[in-house]
Amino acid sequence: MTFEPVIGLEVHAQLLTRSKLFCACSAAFGAAPNAHTCPVCMAFPGVLPVVNRQAVEFAIRAGLAAGCRIAPVSQWARKNYFYPDLPKAYQISMYEAPICVGGRVSFTVGGEHRAVRLTRIHLEEDAGKSIHDAHADSSLVDLNRAGVPLLEIVSEPELGSPAEAAAYLKSLRSIVQYLEICDGNMEEGSFRCDANISVRPAGGDRLGTRAEVKNMNSFRAVERALEHEIARQIAVVSGGGQVVQETRLWDAEREVTRPMRSKEFAHDYRYFPEPDLPPLVVDEAWVERVRAGLPELPSARRVRFVRDLGLPDYDAEVLTARRDVADYFEAAAGGQPNAKAIGNWVMESVLRIVRERRLDDPPRIRDWPVAPEALADLVALIDRGTISGKIAKTVFDEMVASGRPPREIVESRGLVQLTDAAAIAAAVDRVIAAHGDKVAEYRSGKEKLFGFFVGQVMKATEGKANPKQVNDLLRERLRG
Amino acid sequence: MSIRREDVRYVADLARLELSAAEEEALVAELGAILGYVEKLAELDTEGVPATAHVHDVGTPLRDDVIGNAPNVEALLDNAPERWEGFFRVPKIIE
Repeated sequence: MTFEPVIGLEVHAQLLTRSKLFCACSAAFGAAPNAHTCPVCMAFPGVLPVVNRQAVEFAIRAGLAAGCRIAPVSQWARKNYFYPDLPKAYQISMYEAPICVGGRVSFTVGGEHRAVRLTRIHLEEDAGKSIHDAHADSSLVDLNRAGVPLLEIVSEPELGSPAEAAAYLKSLRSIVQYLEICDGNMEEGSFRCDANISVRPAGGDRLGTRAEVKNMNSFRAVERALEHEIARQIAVVSGGGQVVQETRLWDAEREVTRPMRSKEFAHDYRYFPEPDLPPLVVDEAWVERVRAGLPELPSARRVRFVRDLGLPDYDAEVLTARRDVADYFEAAAGGQPNAKAIGNWVMESVLRIVRERRLDDPPRIRDWPVAPEALADLVALIDRGTISGKIAKTVFDEMVASGRPPREIVESRGLVQLTDAAAIAAAVDRVIAAHGDKVAEYRSGKEKLFGFFVGQVMKATEGKANPKQVNDLLRERLRG
Repeated sequence: MSIRREDVRYVADLARLELSAAEEEALVAELGAILGYVEKLAELDTEGVPATAHVHDVGTPLRDDVIGNAPNVEALLDNAPERWEGFFRVPKIIE
């Protein structure tokens, strides 16, 4: 029997507010332990929460971007459980009446456009951090993160493969980054994902028993963990067994999921409406103000890049995944005839330098190695035949190193492409004369040597000869 | 609505309470009485009345996203039974 997986994802996106959700403590990451705490987020007796307006606005932003219905009235709820890094012994979340309902997120997988429906998006507070490995007999607790606002984004269980799940996740991350509400850093945990997975006979309409998988902190981990868990469940069911409804942790080192000790969490959270907070009211005017301020989203931008700039779908997808990259590309390609070439330079050369020099300061690139206008000038020099594509790489490296404009580098270093047919012919003839033995081999069928001759001619002309002319001429002369 | 002894044990477990047999017995009666008291509400006709989570008909007051708390770790940690440097120190959570 063949099986199909059914996957739903729960994503927790840490919101980029300055202060926490219910108190005026800093929400910044990386401070000394417990430096960002106060009686509210430490749950001293008698304190009361006051909601951060910006966090609500970020939730509305996300809801509108995903086409959710924004609830005019939503309700905070208490989720009760005991854990040392949860000082109140409950988390303030939303349950029966979340702020955003429904919606959908589109994504591309294997070149195809798909969409997954959302169940809901709601606001909640994060817990603190426990450190278990510092001491043998005790754990340490840091409450800096306690009360930092999170957006929980819940998809319907309708993702059909690990690849779809990862593609949806990438698209979602791209959206929250465009909206500037979350930095999307999976490694640091500001964008976290839990998965609900079940398997059923292919084509079936009833869902199997699901397991929840946690602790996946990269896109690759999500795919690998889901693949593993699906295989595990199929093996259980095929062997006549039953999948147990439980929470499992992904162990990235051993590449397995293992059950989490059930004692750690009681799965009865006894939700009830938060008595310390009246309902959250969001009026139409607020929603409309937020809507008016929404940026162009990655999917719309991708469509526009394909339609207006003539980019292939794949290039548009890569170039729009991050807003800063898309902005850079657009600044370089705007009004230029050869947007595709500029896109290639951004993807291959510019982003390579960004990676190598770690100019990346998630969620945005701090310093671009070359200005977008300079990159456009470089591509224009290639298009006009002033320099060859090969020389352009040298010029690019020099632009990165010196910050000088491409035209100046080309002129001062005499890199203008050689297109004078007589001069190229002279170089070709010299190379052929100097390598009589190789010419004989080539003519007796060793055609792989063609590249050698091209290389020699390019070397003889210091890389400046027009490659097409060199190829044509060599082919002609070598025919003999 | 009556409450069973298993319910009392279940709730006690969730609340991390250890009850003696006598306490369990007493709580079966007490919780049952509380539920019976609340059950009185079921007699009301709530047809057409929206679910209400809060008695005041006002929205939550909102605050601006401004950092307003000066760090005061020493005073805040002062109440902790045990600490280590700037951390709370608690019994080992994962064995």
